[in-house]
Amino acid sequence: MRVVHYLNQFFAGVGGEERADTPPTSRPGAVGPGLALQRLLGEDGEIVGTVLCGDGLVGDRPDAVVPDIVVLIEALAPDVVIAGPAFNAGRYGLGCARVCAAVSARLGIPALAAMAPDNAAVELHRREIVIVPTTATAIGMPDALAAMARLARRLGRGEPLGPAAVEGYVPRGRRMNAWAPASASARALALLEARLRGEPFTTEVPLPRYDRVAPPPPVADPARMRLALVTECGLVPAGNPDRLEWVRASKWLRYGLGGVDDLARGDYEVAHGGYDAAFGVEDPDRLLPVDAVRELARRGEIGEVLDAYYVTCGNHGVLGQMATHAREIAADLRRQHVDSVLLVAT
Amino acid sequence: MAKELERSGFPTATVTSLAAVAVKVGANRIVCGDRFSHPCGRPGLPPAEERAWRVELVRTALRALATHVDGPTVFELRS
Repeated sequence: MRVVHYLNQFFAGVGGEERADTPPTSRPGAVGPGLALQRLLGEDGEIVGTVLCGDGLVGDRPDAVVPDIVVLIEALAPDVVIAGPAFNAGRYGLGCARVCAAVSARLGIPALAAMAPDNAAVELHRREIVIVPTTATAIGMPDALAAMARLARRLGRGEPLGPAAVEGYVPRGRRMNAWAPASASARALALLEARLRGEPFTTEVPLPRYDRVAPPPPVADPARMRLALVTECGLVPAGNPDRLEWVRASKWLRYGLGGVDDLARGDYEVAHGGYDAAFGVEDPDRLLPVDAVRELARRGEIGEVLDAYYVTCGNHGVLGQMATHAREIAADLRRQHVDSVLLVAT
Repeated sequence: MAKELERSGFPTATVTSLAAVAVKVGANRIVCGDRFSHPCGRPGLPPAEERAWRVELVRTALRALATHVDGPTVFELRS
């Protein structure tokens, strides 16, 4: 089995940050941590060459540099490519991940990288490549190399890998068919029993984990704040003049509320394929409480209301896309000197 | 969206019929609205009462905006 190892300038012994512009270079045999990796591979594999590149170069111009690295790797005709370990190094991690992704996609050669689970490259590339989790610093080098050698042996022989939790790599988010010893209902009951008995159990359907946002301080006095209305309910002027999509909206829109005291029936329609729009069409204030907000502004309970509202459609909203809409809306709110937001979610 | 608006520094009161979901995903200032097809409406009520209810809903949102919270917090209408 022919193995090619990818390293940055530091682990290849070329130099530190002052040599971060080292161009892609190929060296025969194993270098640096590759020497230990070679011992672990033993008779099963030979590191026929080491390809290295400066972190700065691969970090700044990956699109230009990664293809050159792939050419050097291809010339060594490997059965498997190993990159890193990069631990928690950001640019090195990205370099390893990009090289592995390109080797797999362009050469069809299996590749694996190793780095700390919170290295930024993991979230970006874990779906397309095999990543061995490591400690944040080089203190975990021996364990990392052992895991890399074990998986490289499997990949180099063309063996398919089993589930991430069993094989010891970062989950790629893939679902693979497999024969289970019992039906789903029996497995579900077994899980429930284990939980009730206080025994350890592993769910078959991990739920997504959401990050937390530190709440900004409250407004000191609503009677002196400038409030804006934002919604993902898809409420748009009749005729949907800007063609807001009913599903997976690609945009957000801002519509004026100058002189509008109450959203009138017939002036608006709903571009949202996820709920029954009849109630909102009958009285749009049921979706966006303009009449109530105006009344409280007249009573002095709200300082001021922005004479416009922001709208997109949340139906089948992709998390990242919705977050981008919200960030762009926030930038506009800042330009409008808004203090706080009333967001209506359908 | 609530989280990104708050991340950008705007206190944000989210009116939703699905408070439990909002808590789960991490919205911080959550106001319990009516059904998901009309979070700010109560179609069963006579128009004047529905509007009075909506004013109270917005007052609840104002209370949420003016309240210090440490994480997902649900605000209900005072009845």
